[in-house]
Amino acid sequence: MLKLGKSKAPVYEPILPGSENWPVVRLSRNRKEFIDQVIRESFRRIKELRNTPEMLQEEIEITMFRERLRIKENPWKVDPDDELLFWSDVKNNLVGVDQRSRNKSHLITDKLLKDIIIRYANEIAGNFKPSHYRLARTIVTVGFSRLFNAAQLKSFTGLFRGTLTLQDKIQIVGENEHIRKLAKIGTIVMVPTHFSNLDSITIGFVIHSLGLPPFIYGAGLNLFNISIIAYFMNSLGAYKVDRRKKNMIYLETLKMYSNLALQNGLHSLFFPGGTRSRSGILESKLKLGLLSTAMEAQRINFMKANGENPKKIFVVPVVLNYNFVLEAVGLISDYLSQKGQERYYMESDQFSSSYKILKFLLQFFTRSSDMSVTVGRGMDLLGNYVDDEGNSLDRKGNIIRIEDYFKIHGSFDENPQREGEYTKMLSDKLVQEYHRLARCSASHLSAYTAFEFFRSRYRKLDLYSLLRIPHEYLIIPYDDFRKSFSRRLSQIFELEKEGRIQTADHLTKKKVDELIQIGVNNVGVFHTKRPLLFNKEGDITTQDLKTLYYYRNRLEGYDLEKN
Amino acid sequence: MTSRKTNRPVGVIGLGSFGTAVSNLLARNCPVILYGRNREQVLEIRETRISSSQPLDSNIKLTDDVEFLCNSCDIIFPVVPSSGFRQLMGMISSFLKPYHILIHGTKGFDIKDDRENINQEGSFLSRNEVRTMSEVIMEESVVVRIGCLAGPNLAQELAEGQPSATVVASRFNEVIREGQRLLRSDLFQVYGSSDLIGVELSGVLKNIIAIASGAISGLGLGENSRGLLISRGMVEMIYLGRVLGGNTQAFIGLAGIGDLVTTCTSQLSRNFTVGYRLAKGESIENIIRTMEETAEGINTVKIARSLAKYYKVRAPITEKLYDIMFEGLSPKTALQYLMKYPFNVDIDFL
Repeated sequence: MLKLGKSKAPVYEPILPGSENWPVVRLSRNRKEFIDQVIRESFRRIKELRNTPEMLQEEIEITMFRERLRIKENPWKVDPDDELLFWSDVKNNLVGVDQRSRNKSHLITDKLLKDIIIRYANEIAGNFKPSHYRLARTIVTVGFSRLFNAAQLKSFTGLFRGTLTLQDKIQIVGENEHIRKLAKIGTIVMVPTHFSNLDSITIGFVIHSLGLPPFIYGAGLNLFNISIIAYFMNSLGAYKVDRRKKNMIYLETLKMYSNLALQNGLHSLFFPGGTRSRSGILESKLKLGLLSTAMEAQRINFMKANGENPKKIFVVPVVLNYNFVLEAVGLISDYLSQKGQERYYMESDQFSSSYKILKFLLQFFTRSSDMSVTVGRGMDLLGNYVDDEGNSLDRKGNIIRIEDYFKIHGSFDENPQREGEYTKMLSDKLVQEYHRLARCSASHLSAYTAFEFFRSRYRKLDLYSLLRIPHEYLIIPYDDFRKSFSRRLSQIFELEKEGRIQTADHLTKKKVDELIQIGVNNVGVFHTKRPLLFNKEGDITTQDLKTLYYYRNRLEGYDLEKN
Repeated sequence: MTSRKTNRPVGVIGLGSFGTAVSNLLARNCPVILYGRNREQVLEIRETRISSSQPLDSNIKLTDDVEFLCNSCDIIFPVVPSSGFRQLMGMISSFLKPYHILIHGTKGFDIKDDRENINQEGSFLSRNEVRTMSEVIMEESVVVRIGCLAGPNLAQELAEGQPSATVVASRFNEVIREGQRLLRSDLFQVYGSSDLIGVELSGVLKNIIAIASGAISGLGLGENSRGLLISRGMVEMIYLGRVLGGNTQAFIGLAGIGDLVTTCTSQLSRNFTVGYRLAKGESIENIIRTMEETAEGINTVKIARSLAKYYKVRAPITEKLYDIMFEGLSPKTALQYLMKYPFNVDIDFL
């Protein structure tokens, strides 16, 4: 375990003192108008995309069919009771369409579309309450750090001592002041990497610690199955994202919600990787849907301002650096079976009860080793860095007017294909930033070294056969381990010099043998079967090669030597 | 704002034969500002209205002021040799703005490295050190809406007004649309492609085969041999192109096979001439010294050979050309070697 130091983390003043000024509070006050706007705009958008009555009718038919299938095959507790009834109505109305004249049928499809959008928009919309937020925040920051204390100090009285706080546990490094400045002049879109279900709570804590007002974010609908979590989610400004619904009407409504929220200046949180990284690899491909809503919102802000002080949106990458991910064992199994046979993968509901989730939270806060969060520099929607005043800078540090990227022949235009390409460029830039911001620690490097050692020893085996080798064959003599560990350590320092990765403080401060001690002892330290440990002879071995592979993957994508 | 769309001039950078030809094509549809960096040359052309032996359309204005060019035009076509491309971009980058669209017509690589001999064991080039021109533009300027021009476009035939076609490739549909709007005419067809890198690579790599084709003529061989060369050359381009990030489709299109056939059969092509003279026994130094304009293929052979070594790609034509140019191998011996090369599958990539 890493030693815990006394809290040195600065505590930031909130940038907006009273909650009545928070953008999210303003939104919840005008909740109804906002939802109406989402409905209106989504309706307009979908009518543009399906611009004949026939196309629209077909879209509604597909949606209805898929929804009925979902209700039958994958129902969740959180689903409303009248679902089947609603979609049966849609079905009955659709039957009527064919029998009417063109004029009338177009009225029916419009009405059906509107009804569906209304249903979706109301389902998606969050319901933020400041009082709930404060309570939830207190529970998270005080409650869990107390629990954590108790576990650390191995006594129940630790609960009330308050000597250790989350600040000690979660170290926030990077561009903290810069982000605070940006949040005052524009809208922040925070885009963290995603490894664990606890990420949203961690990020919530980070946002609070930085003195930022609450962010809104899309939380998986499955999390709302559990009442206690639903309470937290609602109070933290979450809106609901149902990953089972992949129909176009739903997706457009969802995107419009995010788009309009951003236009209204609501700081937002996206996990652009989509779901948690199953393999443990740092995000290398991002989901473009929500990012594209930021792109569109930015263009609309520019068009509205027309040169006069446009409201800018800033993208802030954030990297979570864990030594230990509680779900690692399950995640890597998912990954391997998916990759192995590409079998149909149903969106499952992992946390089936409040009890399980509480147990999970408890384990997280009591067992997990220290972690750090790296906050990156703000970027504009084209992936250029911005300065403290929010000006976009080119590579040479000159200020550029990014609104001009949305113009042709001197005037703004709406061009989804262009914005799609810009979104891809932004996503490439973010992936690069994630790698640059990730902090390599001794545990990551130990996992990488050990796994690659096994891989090269059994280089004739493919991954799946390798993972089945009995553990008694998996021993690395200490000296061999030390040699390849040191070699890669210097490679990591090279990468750091080139600005391609960051390193945890201990990597430079400690000697190689100490680092190996720290590293081996911290890789997935709380798993029942340890991914890495010393045997009696002082050599290095594993009890769970699969999980070791998961932790090893953290350093994938850096062209580190493979042995 | 339609007035800005129709009245604003379009810029061209480069007074070479292709730059001139592109200017003349554009001038049929819109006012053109043609930039040359050499003041005397610009003044002379302004006087004679002849650039690279082609008469200039009256719709073309000449300038040696690059800031004026960038401020006057939203859309600019840089058509300069690859060896000077990065330098040019560095020079104009402070005048380029996010609203600019750049469509280049340069068919060569840029190497981002200063290692002595890129063809020595241990210092072969990987994709990390090699850039296409669109990548150079991305690195050196704030412009992101970038396209390229490629296709069977021999400057001299274009100047004579013979029918032809080109491909405008870009990730952005609006760039393709603008390219089509500006270049299309009764005698000039413009196709679009979204595979920018693939089309750029086709244009660059085909020059290698053009040199080889010239060598075949220089050796006094006939059309059977050329047919063989073109089709095997195509395969080699695709192998190389794919490891460098292009899709097979681009190579079998107008910018690939279309341009390949043209440059491999035309005495007008510079690269063809290089091969022809090599086969006649001239040294590469002598050929480079006495050519009026750059033959991109020479440099491309060096770079492509190094890349092929690095990625262990089968590229016998490129390798033997390299040996002829820089290792003193005789063209005859090279030919014998190629005929013995154990190809056994014709096409294995579709």
